[in-house]
Amino acid sequence: MGRYIAKRFGQAAIVLLLVSLFTYLLLYMMPGDPVYAMLGGDITREQYDIAYAKMHLGDPLLLRYVRWLFDFVTGEWGNSFKYSEPVRQIIAVRLPVTMYLGVWSIIISTLAGILFGVICGTKRGKAADSVIITCANFGAVMPAFWLAVLGMYIFSLKLGWLPTHGFTMPSEDLGLSIQQSILPLIALSVGGIGGTTRQMRSGMLDVVRQDYIRTARSKGLKESQVIWRHAFRNAVLPVVTLTGMSFRNVVAGAVSIEQVFGIAGMGSLLINSILSKDIAVVQSCIMIISIVVVMSNLLVDILYGILDARIRVE
Amino acid sequence: MDKETKTKIHLFFRRLFKRKLVMLAAILVLFFILTAIFAPLLTPYEPNKQDLTAILQKPSASHWLGTDEAGRDVLTRIFYGARTSLIIGVVSVLISAVAGVTLGLVSAYYGGLLNTVISRFIDVLMSLPSLMLALALGLVFGHSIGSLMIILGISTIPTYTRMMSAQVLSVKNQDYITAERVAGARNSRILISHILPNCFSPILVLLTSNIGMTILAESSLSFLGMGINPPTASWGAMVSAGCSKLLLNPVYGIAPGICVCLLVYGFNVLGDGLRDVLDPRLRGSL
Repeated sequence: MGRYIAKRFGQAAIVLLLVSLFTYLLLYMMPGDPVYAMLGGDITREQYDIAYAKMHLGDPLLLRYVRWLFDFVTGEWGNSFKYSEPVRQIIAVRLPVTMYLGVWSIIISTLAGILFGVICGTKRGKAADSVIITCANFGAVMPAFWLAVLGMYIFSLKLGWLPTHGFTMPSEDLGLSIQQSILPLIALSVGGIGGTTRQMRSGMLDVVRQDYIRTARSKGLKESQVIWRHAFRNAVLPVVTLTGMSFRNVVAGAVSIEQVFGIAGMGSLLINSILSKDIAVVQSCIMIISIVVVMSNLLVDILYGILDARIRVE
Repeated sequence: MDKETKTKIHLFFRRLFKRKLVMLAAILVLFFILTAIFAPLLTPYEPNKQDLTAILQKPSASHWLGTDEAGRDVLTRIFYGARTSLIIGVVSVLISAVAGVTLGLVSAYYGGLLNTVISRFIDVLMSLPSLMLALALGLVFGHSIGSLMIILGISTIPTYTRMMSAQVLSVKNQDYITAERVAGARNSRILISHILPNCFSPILVLLTSNIGMTILAESSLSFLGMGINPPTASWGAMVSAGCSKLLLNPVYGIAPGICVCLLVYGFNVLGDGLRDVLDPRLRGSL
């Protein structure tokens, strides 16, 4: 087990190192001058010269990269020319918002997906199965941004039940926070619910055919015991992997959903800084999002190793 | 075409369409392909011609789905949007298949350092959110239709590479490959004429379902204003523009999204159906 964890840690570290290299090179691969990319177009000649010296553009690329990486690791993320603020402060405000919505969305989609999947798997071919799996297949392909727009039209504009814009953390105003979170969470979770339902259903269908399930039934266990104690445990394993991967999809969903609902999170920060070519913010966003995603994958892989003895032995 | 091939093809389609759902998906996809091809014949309107006397009208007899903020017919732009989605979907999937298959073949066949380098590259692609990667690459490549195809293609490369590696590893040491090598065949010949044809079915399955995923990704990018440049019609961009006009013409923001769902659903189910017919070992759940 120790070797397995060490190996996965090593892989994650290599991935993050490569991501940091790509992120750093982004500045130089972009068309245009790196100094203008860093500080924006409207700077004076003196400011340009100072920045040129400060960015050590005369030094070799590798040296500059190592220096940048060191700065990043020590929390020195530069300044945003658009917000005229240190990048670290901007991200410190926005990361919790996206994490809050993201974690809730993953919890909702995993639990709902598992429940629907078990229902489908145990009632194969019946009406409930067909209805749920058709909905899940559509849910898995619905663009999150479109769901957000649709939800906003129906529940905010037509029925007037929910607010159209904004987000408040629950620590500030719980009631308002719940109202404002409902639509974004639905839009963010439907795709995940669809994917998890599909995975859980096929997992259940595979497992219930196995001999040990027949054994469990033939020794006279109640059907609920057979399903929850014996079938469920094995069928749920692949879902664990899917949950780890779902951080990736949450980020993708968050970018467009935060745009629709005007939520100041990492997604809208990323897209706005890309639109305004605020490269210091773009770089930090990519690094932070990658670290969160890679770390969550790592955590899930380790968890998987603990749950599934076969992986440990490999 | 000889008789035997004809029977084979006939059998293939009969097995594919035995499931009603797969049939439905094929019809759905064909429907969008036809509207994309015959868009100019289906509508009296020009997709990009503005008519400032008919801005944001609700659906009516002359404009079945109403008009947008520049007075353009929404239904017409949905037809032309199908063109954008399908062309981008198909071309970027082909780009990604060529790149991914080559990387997979080479890395698994030669192994060693090359394999390590390619595997790490694939790890990076797989662990990053593809939308974030596409947005970042947009900064480098710009937003022309060609660069959009490359950007979208890059994110599905890992699916092909993983699959090809597994395939190559499973046949690499079989007797007929060794026999070829003993007979003096070059590596490139072994790869192209012996290993690649074995992988035709799984590649076809991946191609089909990846088209759907790519269309979905394209619509997200266009929605964010980082996709194809206006005024070219794109479903994602239409939802984005219609989003702020929901009270005037709700259909404008909502209908293009329904098209994305239907087309992507069609490709996914078709991909699942193909997989069930071509590769019974991977039988999934429809």
